[in-house]
Amino acid sequence: MNFSSLILPVLILGVFMHGVFKKVDILDAFAEGARENLVTSAQLLPTLALLMLAVGMFRASGALGAFTSLIAPLFEFLGFPPECLPLALLRPVSGSGALSVLENILSEQGPDSFAGKVASVLMGSTETTFYTVAVYFGATKIKKTRHALASALAGDMTAFLLSAAAVRLFLG
Amino acid sequence: MIGILLFSIIFASVIYSAAAGTAPEVSTAALSAGEEAVSLTLTLAGAMAVWGGVMKIAERSGLTEHLTNILKPILRLIFRGLKKDSPALRAIAMNMSANILGLGNAATPLGIEAMKRLEQEESPGEAASQNMIRLAVMNACSLEIFPATVAVMRSRAGSRAPTEIIPCVIFVSFASLAAALAVAEIFNASGGKK
Repeated sequence: MNFSSLILPVLILGVFMHGVFKKVDILDAFAEGARENLVTSAQLLPTLALLMLAVGMFRASGALGAFTSLIAPLFEFLGFPPECLPLALLRPVSGSGALSVLENILSEQGPDSFAGKVASVLMGSTETTFYTVAVYFGATKIKKTRHALASALAGDMTAFLLSAAAVRLFLG
Repeated sequence: MIGILLFSIIFASVIYSAAAGTAPEVSTAALSAGEEAVSLTLTLAGAMAVWGGVMKIAERSGLTEHLTNILKPILRLIFRGLKKDSPALRAIAMNMSANILGLGNAATPLGIEAMKRLEQEESPGEAASQNMIRLAVMNACSLEIFPATVAVMRSRAGSRAPTEIIPCVIFVSFASLAAALAVAEIFNASGGKK
């Protein structure tokens, strides 16, 4: 057993303890939070179905494999698993797209393979950048977002390069 | 934009499969796409329901409030030039604590609220102020301390240790956030693209 498997149980215990201590109606709070997230997940399905269609067809045709082996030499040089490139490209653009590519990598390469771990780290440490920037400024009268997008994409680029390095360093 | 991208992917798949003789596989994939989407959504829905429930307890017991108060002085170092009792800074801190705890449903409305308050306080006109850019950048970089979705998908794929990636996720999140903020400051110092 390692330290990271303790994170979730301890986190859950801590939250429940604090809740009981502060006399929160645990059942009521839990039910409300669960209901909110169920609605959110259900709303995900239509777009996810479309993305699954595109990604599934692309993989089954063999085009994904051809693309991956084409770019493989360059990315092996950078120490980045080429299987994760589609994820890195799609992540800032589409949340559902990234989910379906991640699902693909996890089932094809295995969740505990190097590519599987790198893909998981990349997914967990980045956001749907274009969408976020659009939504946040969309609520204001701002017309020029200046360097907001460029800076956020620089963050994505960093995450992309670091995810492979971090997995190699911390997970051997 | 997404529409064109998806069209190109499907177009490339069909053309490639015609050339490579993989049309039967592509047909199977097309037929099973919906089922896969439903099964992935169901797995995620179950786990997200549990996680949302736990985090709602944290919200009601005041844990998010604590976190907000801890974050405020740190955020003051990043968001400069705001008044001492700025409502914008408070909204930003609430948005950040929701992000850190993975309360996606709460984070976005709080963030938009913070954005509007920044706009009121700084009245930047049509071009974003540097603080608004900082807020957008911080939200576009994930800060989630526990990436529940990824952990569930790993577990579903049969991982031995679905949560072992968490230290890496936290490290990469912070490093990429720092890089993005640094780039934003460099742009700003050099005059930016006004």
